[in-house]
Amino acid sequence: MQAAEYEIREGWLLIRLCADLDHHSAMAVRETADRMLERSGVKNVLFDFSGIDFMDSSGIGVIMGRYRQVSFWGGRVGVTGASENIARIMNFSGLNKILSHYETVEDAVKETV
Amino acid sequence: MDKYENEMWLTFQAKSCNEALARMAVAGFLTPLNPTLTELADAKTAVSEAVTNAIIHGYEEKEGLVELWCARTGKEVWFSVKDYGCGIEDIVTAMEPMYTTKPEEERSGMGFSFMEAFTDELLVESVPGEGTVVKMKKIIR
Ligand SMILES: Nc1ncnc2c1ncn2[C@@H]1O[C@H](COP(=O)(O)OP(=O)(O)O)[C@@H](O)[C@H]1O
Ligand SMILES: [Mg+2]
Repeated sequence: MQAAEYEIREGWLLIRLCADLDHHSAMAVRETADRMLERSGVKNVLFDFSGIDFMDSSGIGVIMGRYRQVSFWGGRVGVTGASENIARIMNFSGLNKILSHYETVEDAVKETV
Repeated sequence: MDKYENEMWLTFQAKSCNEALARMAVAGFLTPLNPTLTELADAKTAVSEAVTNAIIHGYEEKEGLVELWCARTGKEVWFSVKDYGCGIEDIVTAMEPMYTTKPEEERSGMGFSFMEAFTDELLVESVPGEGTVVKMKKIIR
């Protein structure tokens, strides 16, 4: 199974996760995301969690990594569609404080950064 | 008489695709106890962290076997995850929040914190050069 689907839209790299975000899928997401960021030149990344219900500390690592990268260029990392389980992991790690939260993908895309 | 009401042993290769397998096995093992969704997520997260550590740190992504054991009596469930990898020199430091020996691989250093937060007891035993075993206890309420 593919770890995620990717799309470039209005200055955002959209990452629609489709498998549990663990060490296994985090490696794939990191690689593809970095390649797409470099190629497209967009500076914002949106993680759409609506298709999954599991993330562990490897997920925290891959989100933090993208955050470090894009904030260097003044970009932001957004999240949408986090289930209760996933929101709990993000709160616990403190990640929720540095991310931009959106109700829907459309809300993020609308907001020109 | 058996010591436990139920027990499970699962041995698999230290490959990242088996992290999901370990979580599924744990979820299946817990099903007869009717855990809440949160309890289920707790157990899956804790075991996922321990298995991931065995693969990335214990075996450094090289060949090896990971042994997962689950047991239960009443509402009490025990999990252990064992590897025969490099072991941990200083367990106290390794368990500190945010501590990681692999920052270049985007490790967050939060694995042990999650295991601690999402279980009722956590015990780590390790011998450098021989391997590591992580034991956890979770009460399903
Ligand atoms: N099974 C293991 N074998 C060897 N070292 C380990 C093992 N588990 C954990 N460690 C060590 O403990 C550190 C902290 O682990 P953890 O809290 O899960 O953070 P992370 O996996 O993000 O590094 C690791 O960076 C590693 O040095
Ligand atoms: Mg870890």
